[in-house]
Amino acid sequence: MAEIQLKQLAHSYLPHPAGPHDYALKRIDHVWEDGKAYALLGPSGCGKSTLLNIISGLLQPSEGQVCFDAQDVTNLPTEQRRIAQVFQFPVVYDTMSVYDNLAFPLRNHGHAEGVVRERVLKIAEMLDLSAVLKQKARGLTADAKQTISLGRGLVRESVAAILFDEPLTVIDPHLKHTLRMQLKRLHQQFNHTMIYVTHDQTEALSFADRVVVMYDGDVVQMGSPQELFERPAHTFVGYFIGSPGMNVLDARVEGNRAYVDGRTIPLAQGYDAIAGEKVEIGVRPEFVRLVRKEDAGESGLPVTVKRIEDIGRFKIARTEFFGRELNVVIPEGTAVSDHANRVLFDARHVNVYADGWIVEGEAA
Amino acid sequence: MALQLESISKVAGRETHIYPMDLSLEAGTLNVLLGPTLSGKTSLMRLMAGLDKPTGGRVVWNGKDVTGTPVQRRNVAMVYQQFINYPSMTVYENIASPLRLQGLDKSTIDRKVHEIAELMKLDPMLTRKPLELSGGQQQRCALARALVKGADLVLLDEPLANLDYKLREELRVEIPRFFTESGSIFVYATTEPSEALLLGGNTAAMWEGRITQFGPTLEVYREPVSATTAQVFSDPPMNFVNVEKAGDRLLFGEGQSASASGDLLALPDDRYMAGFRPNHLSLNPLEGQVLKFNAEVTVAEITGSETFVHLQHADDAPWVALAHGVHELPIGQLAEVFVDVRNIYFFNAEEELVAAAAATKAA
Repeated sequence: MAEIQLKQLAHSYLPHPAGPHDYALKRIDHVWEDGKAYALLGPSGCGKSTLLNIISGLLQPSEGQVCFDAQDVTNLPTEQRRIAQVFQFPVVYDTMSVYDNLAFPLRNHGHAEGVVRERVLKIAEMLDLSAVLKQKARGLTADAKQTISLGRGLVRESVAAILFDEPLTVIDPHLKHTLRMQLKRLHQQFNHTMIYVTHDQTEALSFADRVVVMYDGDVVQMGSPQELFERPAHTFVGYFIGSPGMNVLDARVEGNRAYVDGRTIPLAQGYDAIAGEKVEIGVRPEFVRLVRKEDAGESGLPVTVKRIEDIGRFKIARTEFFGRELNVVIPEGTAVSDHANRVLFDARHVNVYADGWIVEGEAA
Repeated sequence: MALQLESISKVAGRETHIYPMDLSLEAGTLNVLLGPTLSGKTSLMRLMAGLDKPTGGRVVWNGKDVTGTPVQRRNVAMVYQQFINYPSMTVYENIASPLRLQGLDKSTIDRKVHEIAELMKLDPMLTRKPLELSGGQQQRCALARALVKGADLVLLDEPLANLDYKLREELRVEIPRFFTESGSIFVYATTEPSEALLLGGNTAAMWEGRITQFGPTLEVYREPVSATTAQVFSDPPMNFVNVEKAGDRLLFGEGQSASASGDLLALPDDRYMAGFRPNHLSLNPLEGQVLKFNAEVTVAEITGSETFVHLQHADDAPWVALAHGVHELPIGQLAEVFVDVRNIYFFNAEEELVAAAAATKAA
């Protein structure tokens, strides 16, 4: 296990990049702490796969360094980096038994059969593979094969880090839960440094201690799942995490008040003059309530309810506020009047943004 | 317009892909086929399209038997998980190609292409070639081409499975609007319960080559006729515990009991299976008639706004509680968990529903 440090790292696929837009990965300085579980989250094309390939050694960065425990590995090939990788599609040898598949990485690194046996049996037990160890991998289902791939990634004790590239893509939703849970358990028991690449927020948030959100070659936020949910550092994070994403409205902010179309919205914090061309407020649909005019008081914003989608666990009210779309999440068991036409924001969860980036206020 | 499947079945070699089933789909409806991989969704779609011939039964379109009519002579569009585009044509020409085959005039084609391109967020890239687009954009291009031609029957086989999470979310909102405007019959296959709920319409729950239930999506979700349907339509899976009905009491073990009322009171005294969804298993005490169970935390997954708590209760299959907020729970911790009796479904030994959750009926 190791700490992984990225120093002034950047990458362009072009031989002579002319400007920032030619970089798939813009400048990154970042430390992946030893033993932590990270998720690298972002839409396709954001640079997350480029970054993973640089860490694994499949790709040489055009600028900067990659260090494992202070040793510069930038120019070392993958096989000399002591990393394990799990890919989107299972990598197993069909003609080998499950046991031999799990033993393969250990035998490859010259471990004695006694050690191999001990490790394979332990991993098999943790992944519920003990009963199928003697079977050939050929006849197994896709999720069983991917479980073996996970096992192969985890079987070596001496790896610096385990890298996962969208490992649950081919797995049925029901089994995703099981595999995700096993992975989380394994991490809590072994404390490997893990880096998990995905575009799926649920997978990223539920797996990781720290989530790194990438957008257009930049890291826009790194934080715990709770921080990303409650205090998105950029409006993109607010949009990308959460279903539906954060509501963002153009606003004017003075002191502890925001003004949107002449309406006043109370804020929990006070703000000095905000530098930035575009000032917005962001509030998650979970922190908005839909009420009747009579129950709204003075701070209710008038909305038109376009439709209410009942999706079982909760409802989503799609409303319009002076032509802007505004979503409200209505928890199960909460009654909503047919005459509801005002929304109320929970002031503690209204964030202020300048040119996309969060502005810290002062306690009012 | 209506599509009817009458006692339709498909056997390939020694394997039965589709057991004899009846299904009737009306014009202007969106119908979701929901089930895990290999439950028969694709096989059923191929029978509907005329790509495969059924082993038994008939396919009837507007009262006319079309069982033997090949796909080319039916007005059908089908989109697969892996999309296909013409690499040498621009995005515009890709989308326009089925309209040109229909012999429409230039201005109509232009209008239709732009309409669908806007819906699919492809309007800025109409002059590009498919290979210059990202994977997600290529898939949207193929989807646009299938939707633009206004087929009577549009079959979508997990069309969003390879797309980014956020894009999927947006298209799930947009696509149903398009459906209702077109008047066609849409059939949409997915493995994800949340996708079925977001799409709405009707849902056919599928399991091992059979439709276990068909009806309005929310009704199938709220009143599953069997434990199988309930399981197909729960993500994470439904939690189950044994219960014994004795007179007017329901005995759940661990000294937990509740009074039987309504449908439950009329049931013969016997052992039943009680099922409840993860969002109804609470880490906090609840009001009302509530059962309390002791379980061990297997692992807790925190998503920022919610926590999935995986639990082991007695010898039951693993449980999951989906709790609001952030709950840090170490592996192995003992936890008290609570469930309101009104949220429990009851199934008999044949796994058929004998009483739906009382809270469902009140809603």
